[in-house]
Amino acid sequence: MKEKKRNYDQDVVGDGINSIQKVLEPADRDSNNIVKYALISICVLFLFVMLVVPLAVVIVNALKDGWTVYRRAVLDEYTIKALQLTLLATAAAVVVNTIFGIFASFLLSKFYFKGRQLLATLIDIPFSISPVIAGLVFILTFGNIGWMGNFLRNYGIKIVFAVPGIILATIFVTFPFVFRELFPVMNAQGKDEEEAAALMGAGGFTIFRRITFPHIKWALLYGIILCAARAMGEFGAVSVISGHLRGKTNTLPLHVEILYNEFNTTEAFAVSSILVILAVLILIAKNFVEWKKK
Amino acid sequence: MEQQIIKVKNKKGVRVIPGFGLSLGVTLFMLGILILIPLAAIFISASQLSFQEFVSVITSRQIVSGYVVSLSCAFFAALINAVFGLMLAWVLVRYQFPGMRLMDGLIELPFALPTAVAGISLTYLYSDKGWIGSFFDKAGIKIAYTRIGITLAMVFVGIPFVVRAVQPVLEKLDRQYEEAAMMLGASKTYTFFRVILPELFPALLAGFGLAFARGIGEYGSVVFIAGNIPYKTQIAPLLIISKLEQYKYGDATAIALVLLLISFSLMLLINSLQIYMQKFSRA
Amino acid sequence: MYVEMKQINKTFDGFRASNNVSFGVEKGCLAALLGPSGSGKTTILRMIAGLDKPDSGDVIINKQKVNGIPGNKRGVGFVFQNYALFRYMTVADNIAFGLEVQKKSKAEIRNRVDELLRLISMEELGSRYPHQLSGGQRQRVAFARALAPNPQLLLLDEPFAAIDAKVRRELRVWLKGMIEMVGITSIFVTHDQEEAMEVADTVIITNQGNVEQIGTPEEICMHPQTEFVADFIDITRCEAIIAAR
Repeated sequence: MKEKKRNYDQDVVGDGINSIQKVLEPADRDSNNIVKYALISICVLFLFVMLVVPLAVVIVNALKDGWTVYRRAVLDEYTIKALQLTLLATAAAVVVNTIFGIFASFLLSKFYFKGRQLLATLIDIPFSISPVIAGLVFILTFGNIGWMGNFLRNYGIKIVFAVPGIILATIFVTFPFVFRELFPVMNAQGKDEEEAAALMGAGGFTIFRRITFPHIKWALLYGIILCAARAMGEFGAVSVISGHLRGKTNTLPLHVEILYNEFNTTEAFAVSSILVILAVLILIAKNFVEWKKK
Repeated sequence: MEQQIIKVKNKKGVRVIPGFGLSLGVTLFMLGILILIPLAAIFISASQLSFQEFVSVITSRQIVSGYVVSLSCAFFAALINAVFGLMLAWVLVRYQFPGMRLMDGLIELPFALPTAVAGISLTYLYSDKGWIGSFFDKAGIKIAYTRIGITLAMVFVGIPFVVRAVQPVLEKLDRQYEEAAMMLGASKTYTFFRVILPELFPALLAGFGLAFARGIGEYGSVVFIAGNIPYKTQIAPLLIISKLEQYKYGDATAIALVLLLISFSLMLLINSLQIYMQKFSRA
Repeated sequence: MYVEMKQINKTFDGFRASNNVSFGVEKGCLAALLGPSGSGKTTILRMIAGLDKPDSGDVIINKQKVNGIPGNKRGVGFVFQNYALFRYMTVADNIAFGLEVQKKSKAEIRNRVDELLRLISMEELGSRYPHQLSGGQRQRVAFARALAPNPQLLLLDEPFAAIDAKVRRELRVWLKGMIEMVGITSIFVTHDQEEAMEVADTVIITNQGNVEQIGTPEEICMHPQTEFVADFIDITRCEAIIAAR
């Protein structure tokens, strides 16, 4: 009852969502309905052509030559290896970026210090950088010509054209994802509760676990999902640094590229369908978390 | 009494929450080692080029055309996304209809779907034998392996940016402004363009900027549909890769540096515009 | 009667906002809708404006039934509680908005805007933006903006709520003077009885979606007709205010 009361006559006029619609008389409502359904139709058509049809293309083409061909492509040794590497890189990116996201957002939301703004800007850098450049920077750092190249060669460590490079590149492109989700939530929460706990003598870890964490758990999960989605599908950065060694440095998206370039279209789409399924699962998880967050 | 004194001090800015040193240390260490030091390599590598070399690389015909293709296609794609993104945000916030939840959930598909998959799928779809491409082919319009195709792929990856930037602002927008315009005799269309659009503009601009930046740097979804015809459909990120494959690291660095500067200035421009617009928000 | 509400009923999600509301306001009158929060006064105002639609009953303005006319065609001025000034427009552009909608000539618009700026004594501030104004100045701009298209009826929703207590009385006197000078029929909503008694010629008391009593401040004060009114009105304070008018 209280809720409804607030909605109807109040001292702050921020009224019922449909107040404008309600006012309209038949003639107006007709013309408004035309606008409404026209806009909805355009949007549905746009999303259908741009998003749904490309998904359908993948599935239809993956199954074009029948179930056996599909199974063979999906269960192929190189596909399995590529899937393993993709999952490894994704897991590494999620772990590293979660640790970073938690520390960085705690730092920027609970403490005031000079250079806060600059730090926030620096963290966002990977967002505005082409993934190809993200790959390039690691070649320039760790590759043969890179300034650390000699050092690594002497110790026999291989980063470029090897698994560590793929992991590093994946971490780079997904670096701000968890931070981006956590920071606004922690910032909005303020720091009063943490200060109160600190004055009562709680230690840093206890404060985080008991005070901060309960506020951010859904945002954290959300950030992890976004990070995983991006890590799993990363192509440009990984493509630059992988050297495309089949069975060794091939991730699933790179494997798709190789198959496609070799004109094994059906296999390419079959492998893609694994990624489509993962993407759809991620979308479902994302929407579930979003719904939970509310 | 001791406690009391400490409390008073806090208000004057003494940090009471433990963990500042640790958080700062971990943050700076990880940011430094994973992002900043690798990124510095570009500048180190670029500094090894003489200015003339640098200029001759980035002004060569092929590279310039790469920038032109990337920038122009990304610009048009962001523009298309601004229009459809605004429409989608409007439809999702203001109307109720069956399938709304699904539509809302679908928006992030381009974030979740690996770009390479999107790339081969779009190429297949819009090639002259594809479901949609064959249709246009009859009308004499080629989509795959032209700039239209590149733009289309960039539209695909950019869809979520504008929608997700505008949607929350539209949700929070006070209905009073529309009602005020209405009471002054304005029609719905007039109100939209004169009153609502200016309110949404900063968010629209931010979404446009992000989609634009994403388009400029995009590789996976574009490279397949582009066809990489020199001087016609080669995008700048692809040129970096092809230089790398020829072991021309200096050239690759020079191209990358310009691309970086373009994205940074774009972000800077949009940020300052937004800060300027914020001045108008009520005290 | 210039404005008439006839047996108006309005329900929001099962909540009765208006319960068989009927009353009238004479031409040239300055009326106050007075009642506690949640008594249905803002809803009544919004239904006169055309911002909300009654479930049943008639809204009549100037002898014409306006139920079927949308708010943007009723020719009614409305001052919102938080003024709802368009923040990306200057003061002058805000005032000009209603005239531009009517596609008036540039010269005509400029003249009218200048006239109104003079009326609210803000000639020098036409090129300012709303965020550069004080609360009282914003209210004056909102008032001028509502008057610009020459409405025959002015509605004001809690016009003083967003203003500092210190300047509120001053603005009250100013607004009353303005409305009398322009000679426009006006209805304003308030929860503050002092405000209603000091400013209005006619007071309409609402409670839980019902109209409890209509009358001059004196009538309300001296002869409360329902238990609610007797209880709600602080007689000694109101007598003092009426005496001071």
